[in-house]
Amino acid sequence: MADVLASPPTTGPADPGAHHAGSPQPQKEAPVRRDFLKLAAGAFAAVGTGVIAWPFIHSMNPSQDVLALASTDVDLTPIAAGQAVTVMWRGKPVFVRHRTPEEIQEARAVPVTELRDPATDQSRVKPGQDEWLVVLGVCTHLGCVPLGQKPTDARGEYGGWFCPCHGSHYDTAGRIRRGPAPTNLAIPDYSFTSDTRIRVG
Amino acid sequence: MRRVFPALKAAAVAAVIALTPAASQAAGEAIHVPDTKFSFDGIFGTFDRASAQRGFQVYKEVCSACHSMRQLSYRHLTGIGLTAAQIEALASQFQVQDGPNDNGEMFERPARPSDRFRRPFANDAAARAANNGALPPDLSVMVKAREGGADYMHALLTGYADPPEGVSVMEGMYYNKYFPGHQIAMAPPINSDGQVTYADGTTATIDQMSKDVSTFLAWAAEPELEQRRAMGVRMIIFLSILGALVYAVKRKIWADVH
Amino acid sequence: MAAGHHDSDEVSDASTGVHHLHDSKVKNPVLRWIDQRMPVISMIQLEYGSFPTPRNFNYFWNFGALAMITLAIMIATGVVLSMQYAANTMLAFDSVERIMRDVNYGWLLRYAHANGASMFFIVVYIHIWRGLYYGSYKTPRELLWMLGVVLFILMMATAFMGYVLPWGQMSFWGATVITNLFSALPLVGQHIVTWLWGGFSVDNPTLNRFFSLHYLLPFVIVGVTFLHVVALHITGSNNPLGIEPKTKKDTVPFHPYYTMKDSVGIVVYLIVFAVLVFFMPNYLGHPDNYIPANPLVTPAHIVPEWYFLPFYAILRAVPDKLGGVAMMGGALVVLFFLPWLDSSPVRSMRFRPIAKWLFLLWTVNFFVLTWVGGKPAEPPYIQIAQICTAYYFAYFLVILPLLAKFERPLPLPESIAAAVLPRRGGGPLPAGATAKPMEKA
Repeated sequence: MADVLASPPTTGPADPGAHHAGSPQPQKEAPVRRDFLKLAAGAFAAVGTGVIAWPFIHSMNPSQDVLALASTDVDLTPIAAGQAVTVMWRGKPVFVRHRTPEEIQEARAVPVTELRDPATDQSRVKPGQDEWLVVLGVCTHLGCVPLGQKPTDARGEYGGWFCPCHGSHYDTAGRIRRGPAPTNLAIPDYSFTSDTRIRVG
Repeated sequence: MRRVFPALKAAAVAAVIALTPAASQAAGEAIHVPDTKFSFDGIFGTFDRASAQRGFQVYKEVCSACHSMRQLSYRHLTGIGLTAAQIEALASQFQVQDGPNDNGEMFERPARPSDRFRRPFANDAAARAANNGALPPDLSVMVKAREGGADYMHALLTGYADPPEGVSVMEGMYYNKYFPGHQIAMAPPINSDGQVTYADGTTATIDQMSKDVSTFLAWAAEPELEQRRAMGVRMIIFLSILGALVYAVKRKIWADVH
Repeated sequence: MAAGHHDSDEVSDASTGVHHLHDSKVKNPVLRWIDQRMPVISMIQLEYGSFPTPRNFNYFWNFGALAMITLAIMIATGVVLSMQYAANTMLAFDSVERIMRDVNYGWLLRYAHANGASMFFIVVYIHIWRGLYYGSYKTPRELLWMLGVVLFILMMATAFMGYVLPWGQMSFWGATVITNLFSALPLVGQHIVTWLWGGFSVDNPTLNRFFSLHYLLPFVIVGVTFLHVVALHITGSNNPLGIEPKTKKDTVPFHPYYTMKDSVGIVVYLIVFAVLVFFMPNYLGHPDNYIPANPLVTPAHIVPEWYFLPFYAILRAVPDKLGGVAMMGGALVVLFFLPWLDSSPVRSMRFRPIAKWLFLLWTVNFFVLTWVGGKPAEPPYIQIAQICTAYYFAYFLVILPLLAKFERPLPLPESIAAAVLPRRGGGPLPAGATAKPMEKA
């Protein structure tokens, strides 16, 4: 460090003696202190620039009003077994599916170890509410919305959802079974506010 | 002599700045507004949370019958010290319109923290219709929108009086010492001691209520004030140190040229 | 590159074998590689490193750098603000309030941008004042000066349109009044105004186009600033003595001398800026602009932003619509002709005993115009504005041309070095240089 501090000034043209014949005598004791000052001033300026960059960057993060719009209520009564509804939450679709006993059975019959993203069916529903599956309707591959909500939709080979973009198949627990998607359909934060109502977010 | 020039520059800047209030204060016959002592006065002042909360109560129970504050949401009230649970409970007291529902109809539901303050009237025309044609202005940025700011709010609310000798007040108007033109369409909103009942035991005098609601409105207009000032102090300390360092480097560098 | 050219040297000309690479002095191999092909690093070193600069600048010479810094701050804050702003009459006011309340650091960005406009004008007014006092507009720097006037006018246009964007009462009525200036033009006036508005009043189409132009013009300003600097670096800088450097003794390299001196100015400037933004962010604004625009009610006293007040005063001084507009335009246009109106060969007012005082009077006159521009249009302010307007023009159109003929300037120093360096071997100082010999830094 001392070597660095003691090194001669690196700015060539800074020495006017070289350029300006007849200039006053250069002061010989200066370099160490000047370089320390330079370092300190430079460091301060760099830190300041870095700090002031943050408000600019942070202003592009979700604003307070965006963060506050976090919850959506869903009434479950109109959804018959085997049907599903799609609701909007944070600008994305949420799939709410009323599963039939067969679909639950099917999902639970699969050995967890065979799954790409191992998760039991129980871990993907709320306790005592086995028939209600709530997942984020966004394919974990590249963000398309999978088919399977409408009765006429292709549901893929595992009876859940099928993403038409790149052919990912999800089962009746929303778990990835085949295709390029790396993980199961995500489960949003939600809770039952009553037996027939959920609040997502 | 070398030091004269920064000073000269500062003076030049100051001169330009000093000239401008002349411009911004050009508005008409100035009515002198008495200075009220507020907790947020001065460079280091902060909002008195208790006063702001009482002020919110005054707004809620008195002003909000006519005046909207459409830039504010219930969640913003964390700024005057309410907790998330308190805000949730508070918001649910109000019914706001939402929809359309699956049948295409608008419906009322209890407000959530993310909802904007409930508006007393559906639109400006409805507000005028209910107020003899006068539109009660939105109060969100009122403190910034009036010369004198919170001092003016307090003065206006406490400035109702009988008109002086020889001054006649038009039908449906009220005399106010501090309102431009002295005739205001708003009936004295805060008109009797004990008009609201403060939970914290503060005596609700007219002056106290006016001051509290002025504090609340000042916060509503400039919720960033405390953060802004704190950041400003740090900024100026930082820049002063940087300035000293840069000046020292500059002196050193120029030393061999002089 | 193509198949079959394996043996060709990619940097040589196939037919002549001559290298067309720039002869770079840069040591770092990567930077050197770039510099050989695109000598921007050499250029920066030449123009901002070794560039010979008069050694006797005072702190007034900081203001060019300060203007550049401000332009950078304005563009940086403006770009992020525009990501949150909605250019629609129904949404604009609320979107600005959302920036103030909900966008992370939105208040900081907006206050920095709004006060940055004021700071920009403070800086540029001082920059122009310096040019006027030290005769920086005189030959050979006429074009440099004229580009500066272009920049000033572009800035005014940009600032005006920016002030409309929050869609408050002052935004709306400022836009209405200023666009109506064009209606003073004979025959085509009303058509031009309708065209500017895109409708029959200031409304949504107007707001949209103002936003578009407010985003565009700063980059035009960047371009003209570049030309301004190119022109500056052809002629070299003027200096407080107003005499050209003759020998190397008269100059110092720009870096580190003036980079450091500018840095000092920048930090001091940022402190002033910070005081405004953090402690008095609405001081230079007008409360009425926090009232949403209302096309049915004009505020009792509308005044433009402070930086337009002198020109606004000139406008109101003339009791004739077209005349007022013409005078206001003329107040700017006259600046383009200044290099030829003032034909005195002496640049710096320091050596012009009469012009100096008449110019300082012009300065005071300008402040008075600013003050009177913010006053109601009634006696005695109208009369004051008329007197001041007369002097504003008389200074340029009468006083300067006459003084060039009749004034006897003080003797000029023989060189910058002789005037500002201690007398060690520099020979006797000329009389004129003793006036203020120490203003070298």
